[in-house]
Amino acid sequence: MKVYALTLAATLAAGAAFAGEVAPADVVFNEDGAIVASLSGVAGNPAEGAKVMTNRGLGNCVACHEVSALSDAPFHGNVGPSLDGVGDRWSAAELRSIIVNAKVMYEGTVMPSFYRVSGFTRPGDGYTGKAATEIAPLLTAQQVEDVVAFLGTLKE
Amino acid sequence: MKFKALTAVAALMVAMPAITLADPDDDTLVLNGETEMVTKAAAPAHMEETGIDTVMSGWHFRNDDTQAMQADDFDNPGMLAVESAIEAWNTVEGEAGKSCASCHGAAEDSMKGIRAVYPKWNETAGELRTLAMQVNDCRTNQMKAEPYKYDSGPMAAMEALISVQSRGMPVNVAIDGPVQAIWEKGKELYYTRTGILELSCASCHEENYGNMIRADHLSQGQINGFPTYRLKNAKLNTVHGRFKGCVRDTRAETYKPGSEEFIALELYVASRGNGLSVEGPSVRN
Repeated sequence: MKVYALTLAATLAAGAAFAGEVAPADVVFNEDGAIVASLSGVAGNPAEGAKVMTNRGLGNCVACHEVSALSDAPFHGNVGPSLDGVGDRWSAAELRSIIVNAKVMYEGTVMPSFYRVSGFTRPGDGYTGKAATEIAPLLTAQQVEDVVAFLGTLKE
Repeated sequence: MKFKALTAVAALMVAMPAITLADPDDDTLVLNGETEMVTKAAAPAHMEETGIDTVMSGWHFRNDDTQAMQADDFDNPGMLAVESAIEAWNTVEGEAGKSCASCHGAAEDSMKGIRAVYPKWNETAGELRTLAMQVNDCRTNQMKAEPYKYDSGPMAAMEALISVQSRGMPVNVAIDGPVQAIWEKGKELYYTRTGILELSCASCHEENYGNMIRADHLSQGQINGFPTYRLKNAKLNTVHGRFKGCVRDTRAETYKPGSEEFIALELYVASRGNGLSVEGPSVRN
């Protein structure tokens, strides 16, 4: 049922990525499941990361996680744990991994993978309900780095 | 897989207090001040492996205003569809010159208990039939009329009229015998994580009922209240219409209303509500 035939499309899409970016298919996890290297090669911007986390069309992280620092955005969910203090509990490499594909470190987690383009069942074209013709990651490499940077500021 | 998922959640929940704010409430649904409905029941035996011991109507997950709207037929917008379906019930359509009433008489008598046992195996046809399929079988074969579109307004209204006759009766769909293989298929679909977001029915409605996704209070995804009037789209919604919306929201290619997949899924999900009162037409967000 899983769709691997779309790898070609993913590769083509990756070809259009910015120079210096790591394409979703080329991301390297170390033996602990973390991703040490920056995906974009450009330092993350915490302020941009905060926008990604609250924007429903982007990360919408607060849909499932409470984040006290983002309390201006209404209605934080509680499907996932609170993210307060995550900057103390995880390294940037670990946070990057959890955002890219949380299932590497936490098998079976309900958390979606925000920088992955293959291995899906019945992937759709956005929220149209129609089949996807090509699959873009939910976030860009730089958006992932921006979120990693913002999460790093969340200290107890 | 579920065990590992829970371990992960537990690991992530270090230093976080349990949130009980959004738990389902303990209110009692009394219809029209008369009929007390069973909105919580012991989970059916086949759910033992899920760890869920109580099945709950989605009614418990809605706010007081929405709950009250369903409790009084004069406030329940879904009852307007029932009114329109009564008219349709008595209207002759098709080349056979029949209405529903021509064969079935008064719906209040003939349709009592029907909703509670559907989807149901039809021995003559050798197929599992949803209520919608049965309505359309009558329309095409008995009335020689055009079938309703599977998840259309007229179909939802007719389902509401039929459901009303079973309100308060316990859902009791059969899952064994000739339908067992279909039930198993429905169960597999229930646990299949679809779309770019990789969410299954279970991701939200088994692992996370009671929790919030932004402002959405996740229920157990029970369908004993269908068809359901949703405040969100201000119309009566069919089970398959809702399934389609859920699958779409996982960023997946949906199945079609009336498809084999959704018929199987409807049987499985209905069976998770065995023991709950039929509520249709219910009112939800």
